[in-house]
Amino acid sequence: MNNPVPRASAFSFKGKSFVAYVLTPEPPIRDWLGALDGWLARSPAFFVRRPVLLDGSKMNPTLAELEELLAELSKRDIRILGIDGVDDAVVAAGMPPLVTGGRDRQEVGYAERSAAKPQKASSLVIEKSVRSGQSIAHLEGDVTVLGPVASGAEIMAGGSIHIYGALRGRVIAGSTGDTRARIFCQKLDAELVAISGFYRSADAIDEGLRGRPVQAWLEGDAIKIAALS
Amino acid sequence: MANVMVVTSGKGGVGKTTSTAALGAALAQAGQNVVVIDFDVGLRNLDLVLGAERRVVYDFINVINGDAKLSQALIRDKRLDTLSLLPASQTRDKDALSDDGVARVISELREKFDWVICDSPAGIERGASHAMRHADLAVVITNPEVSSVRDSDRIIGLLDSKTEKAEKGGRVDKHLLITRYDPARAATGEMLKIEDILEILSIPLLGVIPESPEVLRASNLGTPVTLSNALSAPARAYVDASKRLRGETIPIAMPTERRNLLGRWFSRRAA
Repeated sequence: MNNPVPRASAFSFKGKSFVAYVLTPEPPIRDWLGALDGWLARSPAFFVRRPVLLDGSKMNPTLAELEELLAELSKRDIRILGIDGVDDAVVAAGMPPLVTGGRDRQEVGYAERSAAKPQKASSLVIEKSVRSGQSIAHLEGDVTVLGPVASGAEIMAGGSIHIYGALRGRVIAGSTGDTRARIFCQKLDAELVAISGFYRSADAIDEGLRGRPVQAWLEGDAIKIAALS
Repeated sequence: MANVMVVTSGKGGVGKTTSTAALGAALAQAGQNVVVIDFDVGLRNLDLVLGAERRVVYDFINVINGDAKLSQALIRDKRLDTLSLLPASQTRDKDALSDDGVARVISELREKFDWVICDSPAGIERGASHAMRHADLAVVITNPEVSSVRDSDRIIGLLDSKTEKAEKGGRVDKHLLITRYDPARAATGEMLKIEDILEILSIPLLGVIPESPEVLRASNLGTPVTLSNALSAPARAYVDASKRLRGETIPIAMPTERRNLLGRWFSRRAA
């Protein structure tokens, strides 16, 4: 009998290079984490969507120490893409993989920051309406819109969102983790309301609130919406 | 100095080409020198609506590529000698448009005409962005229907960001032209009401064109509706809109349900 010859697989892949930021913790780790927190206080969303590597060569961690460090970084929303500078034995299954062979780039972190604008909490005011398809992202603080937000538009803020007009689009407040962020609007008709990772789509919003001035806030892991009197 | 006007909508099939022809003809009839440009490369319709499809020799892309001079490509309307058409190519597609090619043609046309009307294709990609790039003002065509309104909102946002005027810190004047409006259906809630559309889009209203079989009739005859039946409701609405474009203040006549006298007397069959 002839066995059909399997066709060569059509699978292929390509390479891509990134510049990654490398964190090199130095003992005592508590102090190092304190310094990291200081940095994050000034630049809250700095590591969001950036590839971050962990270099353990100055720390020489044990398996337990490495696990604890990864947990601490995860608490600060820093996801590690790969680990360098440690023994094979120390990297357990489920941890980011060992990476080797990267090329050093000069100190990127601090120089870039000092050249950039100051990262203190700031408020963005938009003096006209936000049209469908427009996407406003302001991770450093509150966003205020003096006009309606159209269906198909999106506003993402690190702080609260205030809309002096009808809200017909999507709003995402507290996007960097601020659970105290709130959303205010003069006429609720939103497609989606989200605060710090928790969201409510239009379907799930009480019909009685539609068309009224409301505020939305987070209580625990539930979004509460109430009419503004 | 010429006015460069783009007729756009986002949504397809709402009446951009019909309105370009109607407004262009109305302005030309009032004595203005008008050129209408078809930006829908590959799917050209403006030549059909104007009845010029058998006289197309050179087109917009030929002029951009230098294969023909502008004067060779422009087609003068047989009924109105102040109205000219620059047709699009049917065999190419929108990738054939280039930034400096379009810029060159528009500036050459600015010197020869009072009004340069750009008939935009549907969508938000290259064709539409080329059509709106050099506009001084825009007429946004919207049907009283939710998808059209949302797409118009999108295109209004793009007019405020993707035009040369907006990039230089100015503002493109935007006017709303509501087409295919049926007052009976708006009253029963089947169609959006004019106030609802204005609340969502927040741009000044240029006119309301009622739904009418005259529009299809005119387009099949290859005549702008303002010329084929000047007394019809859509033609009068377009003429009023063209006057408003020139700065005249004319109150907007809301299309009401019109039944002629016989229709009122004989509206119900006796049992």
